[in-house]
Amino acid sequence: MRLPLLAALATGIALPALANSWDDTVAAAKGQTVYWNAWGGDERTNDFIAWASGQLEAEYGITIQQVKLTDTAEAVTRVIAEKAAGQTEGGSVDMIWINGANFLSMKQQGLLLGPFLSDLPNAKYLDLSEGSAAVVDFTIATEGYESPWRLAKFVLTYDSARVAEPPKSMAALLDWSTASPGRFTHPAVSNFMGATFLKQALIELTPDASVLQGEATDEAFETATAPLWAWYDELRPTLWREGSTFPENESILQQMLNDGEVDFAMAFDPAAAAAAVERGLLPETVRSYAPEGGSIGNISFVAIPFNAANKEGAMVVANFLLDPATQAKAQDITVLGSYSVLDPAKLDDAARAAFAALPSSPALPTNEELGRTLNEPHPSWMTRIAEEWARRYTE
Amino acid sequence: MTAPEGRKLRLIVLALVAGGLVLPILAGLWETTRAAFGILPAIGAVEWSLDSWRRLFALPGFGTSLTLTLWTGFASTALALALAVGFAAVMYDRFGLKGGARLLTPFLATPHAALAIGLAFLIAPSGWIARMISPWATGWDLPPDVATVNDPLGLALIFGLLVKEVPFFLLVILAALSQLPVRRHLSAGRALGYGRGVVWIKVILPQLYPLIRLPVYVVLSFALSVVDMAIILGRSNPPVLSVAVTRWFLAADTTLILPASAAALLQSGVVIAGIAAWFGAERLCARLGRIWIRRGGRGVSAEPGLMAAGGAVLILMALGALALVSLLIWSLAWRWSFPNALPESWSLKAWMQPAGGWGMALNNTIVIGGATTLLSVALAVAWLEGEDRARLPRAGWAEALIYLPLLVPQIAFLYGLNVTFLRAGLSGGMVTVIWAQALFVFPYVMIALSDPWRALDPRLVRAAAALGAGPVRRLVAVKLPILLRPLMTAAAIGFAVSVAQYLPTLFMGSGRIATLTTEAVTLSSGSDRRVTGVYAVLQAVLPFAAYLAALALPGFLHRHRAGLQGDAG
Repeated sequence: MRLPLLAALATGIALPALANSWDDTVAAAKGQTVYWNAWGGDERTNDFIAWASGQLEAEYGITIQQVKLTDTAEAVTRVIAEKAAGQTEGGSVDMIWINGANFLSMKQQGLLLGPFLSDLPNAKYLDLSEGSAAVVDFTIATEGYESPWRLAKFVLTYDSARVAEPPKSMAALLDWSTASPGRFTHPAVSNFMGATFLKQALIELTPDASVLQGEATDEAFETATAPLWAWYDELRPTLWREGSTFPENESILQQMLNDGEVDFAMAFDPAAAAAAVERGLLPETVRSYAPEGGSIGNISFVAIPFNAANKEGAMVVANFLLDPATQAKAQDITVLGSYSVLDPAKLDDAARAAFAALPSSPALPTNEELGRTLNEPHPSWMTRIAEEWARRYTE
Repeated sequence: MTAPEGRKLRLIVLALVAGGLVLPILAGLWETTRAAFGILPAIGAVEWSLDSWRRLFALPGFGTSLTLTLWTGFASTALALALAVGFAAVMYDRFGLKGGARLLTPFLATPHAALAIGLAFLIAPSGWIARMISPWATGWDLPPDVATVNDPLGLALIFGLLVKEVPFFLLVILAALSQLPVRRHLSAGRALGYGRGVVWIKVILPQLYPLIRLPVYVVLSFALSVVDMAIILGRSNPPVLSVAVTRWFLAADTTLILPASAAALLQSGVVIAGIAAWFGAERLCARLGRIWIRRGGRGVSAEPGLMAAGGAVLILMALGALALVSLLIWSLAWRWSFPNALPESWSLKAWMQPAGGWGMALNNTIVIGGATTLLSVALAVAWLEGEDRARLPRAGWAEALIYLPLLVPQIAFLYGLNVTFLRAGLSGGMVTVIWAQALFVFPYVMIALSDPWRALDPRLVRAAAALGAGPVRRLVAVKLPILLRPLMTAAAIGFAVSVAQYLPTLFMGSGRIATLTTEAVTLSSGSDRRVTGVYAVLQAVLPFAAYLAALALPGFLHRHRAGLQGDAG
């Protein structure tokens, strides 16, 4: 049983849903070290991954080795380089924390193992119905090639000791920044967070937001983004350093808020500010909120490359991340503070109680302050916005 | 009797250098070139074309990146050279060569990334200097909106490069000066009525420069292609060419690898053209300088310029030292907000979790550094011993071979080399990282060891031979013990170079091999200066410890050998 299974895994063929195939996977995974390629700029996430490694070692004999990336694309490039060299097995990347454009790129080039999501026992806690957030990544159907692990939602963070009334919409933000020049900026648009800020503005400013769910054709792009560029042309000269340069990512922006260089930071994680206060990285007076019309949200996934050396271990890790106990731990503000990806309706009473008992913090936005979750535009919008922005504003 | 044996040793060394150092570089360049002209089967690119070049030239900010690269590269090299020469002229009389070299060690030992992280904090609008003088002197309750780091003109990057390159030039100049009769020139010149500064420029500099030409080219090549320092201190949008190339190689859009390869080739072209232009400028200066010298002006006008250079170097050193201190303070801080000159609260938390974080990186750094250094020193000794046995001076091509890895920009061949290694079945791991680092460690070890090795008193070896010692015994029982101090120094330099390597570790380790440097650069784009501080402090301390060991060990082993207590060799 074991050998054909391994052979099937090694060739990347989808597994038949055998009753005991999961047990075989767990057995094969024992003793493996899973090289999880994950963005390493956030110490909380790094600590959480280290914690998960300890749990998995005790329960399954698996350890996680986090490969800390500065950009997820590094892992994609690595898999491509391996494919270039004809390395179809024993690859160096076992699992990637992935999203949107990177996922689309790997899926299209056949660089991913799968579909594997339905093989994971804990997938039963997910809402797998068509169009649900757990199976759609930036409007792209995941088709089982990646497994959800954390929820992200766009929020703005400010220091209530310096800003009394924060602007609640992108139009109001322009007024605020005009009145306080040099006190607002966003991460570079080549960075995920910077692009997300522009997408958030696009959704608020565009005449018909439903267009954004489809592919960005030349014509659609022109009409849809015209108000965005008009708004940005006005905003840019009021930004920090007159918009001539931008912080590399949201972590640097958060540090600038802490240093007092700017008055706002942004995050794709509603609990980021509260956790930063906990760790002494932001003053206790910071607060987070979402724009009043709602904010962009999406789910982060993990995917397994076609040539991963430790596929079984990676699947066990993906399954562990979907465990209600793991998700509750991740949502704990003192740990990671990232919201659960599970469907509350599918949880049992014990699991629900675990979520209800989690601690709170003044910097943590309430559900009302978070408001509606807006759908991510099709990935082509992000790519085109980043390109167009670079074309317009790079000297 | 010794000739055939010497030839065998030299052949082995030559084969090792050719196969281990030159071949990988050529193979890497070849793969990069193929990709630059459209061939990268992995992403379905199989046809020769010039498309990648067209795409490269059309990329936003490409022109600015190129201009910025040339400006920062040339300005920093020229300025560093001028400052170092000026400082050497002013300070030559005031302290001896040995004292000077020792003073420079901390700056030479500190990896670029650690120094850059410290400097970035020091000079930022919300940085340490601003905090020390605010709000009482400046009236700033909030940091001002001025670009002192990541500025559009790349001044912060030039500043960072200066702090690192001036000490390197000084060390090279001090070594070269020991080969010149400086004191006699000085007294002769002054007797003829020349001012001291003018003697330096008109008499000593023309003799000094040919001795330091190659190191100048190395610095120019480095400054034109630096990545880690430019990420931390340089302009971000668009960045210098080398950073842009690194970003394109690692971008989500994998088709960017093609223009990235083209840009990597262009980066080599920039370095080659840069060195050629510098060479041309040398000729021009020599011609104009000769006319100027013949006019025979005696003036003392050069003196204030030299004093200013000396002062500027002292300020650079002080700022460099302050930058390192700020890293240490951050690693011990809990909250430190603007405009407090020191942290409000302290904590050892950043140091308390070695297990998942810095412990592993420290371990990897030591293992890789140790292995790389050992390999490089062994190869260097074999090379030099081969030269000794053949009784031949080093050929020009051999010297060029040693400098090759330092002159070719890393980015130009590392991606290609990675593909080559993978094809050969050497997947990302310790071995490939050690190998790739050795490409850059070996030249420095070789440069550091060559002069002391050749300066060894030949009578000692001849006496040993006369007493019946064979070639191996002469090497092990006579040469190596006498040369222990320079050997240790070369090893310490090699170790420091290894600790500082960023791109080879990143590309060859498939990101799996975390060293203090890769982690520090990654963390420098994070939000926690306290953790970054821990990595940067360790990164700075490690090479320094190696230098201390290099100083202490020979002293201890030779404590009963009075003749070997000084700077033997």
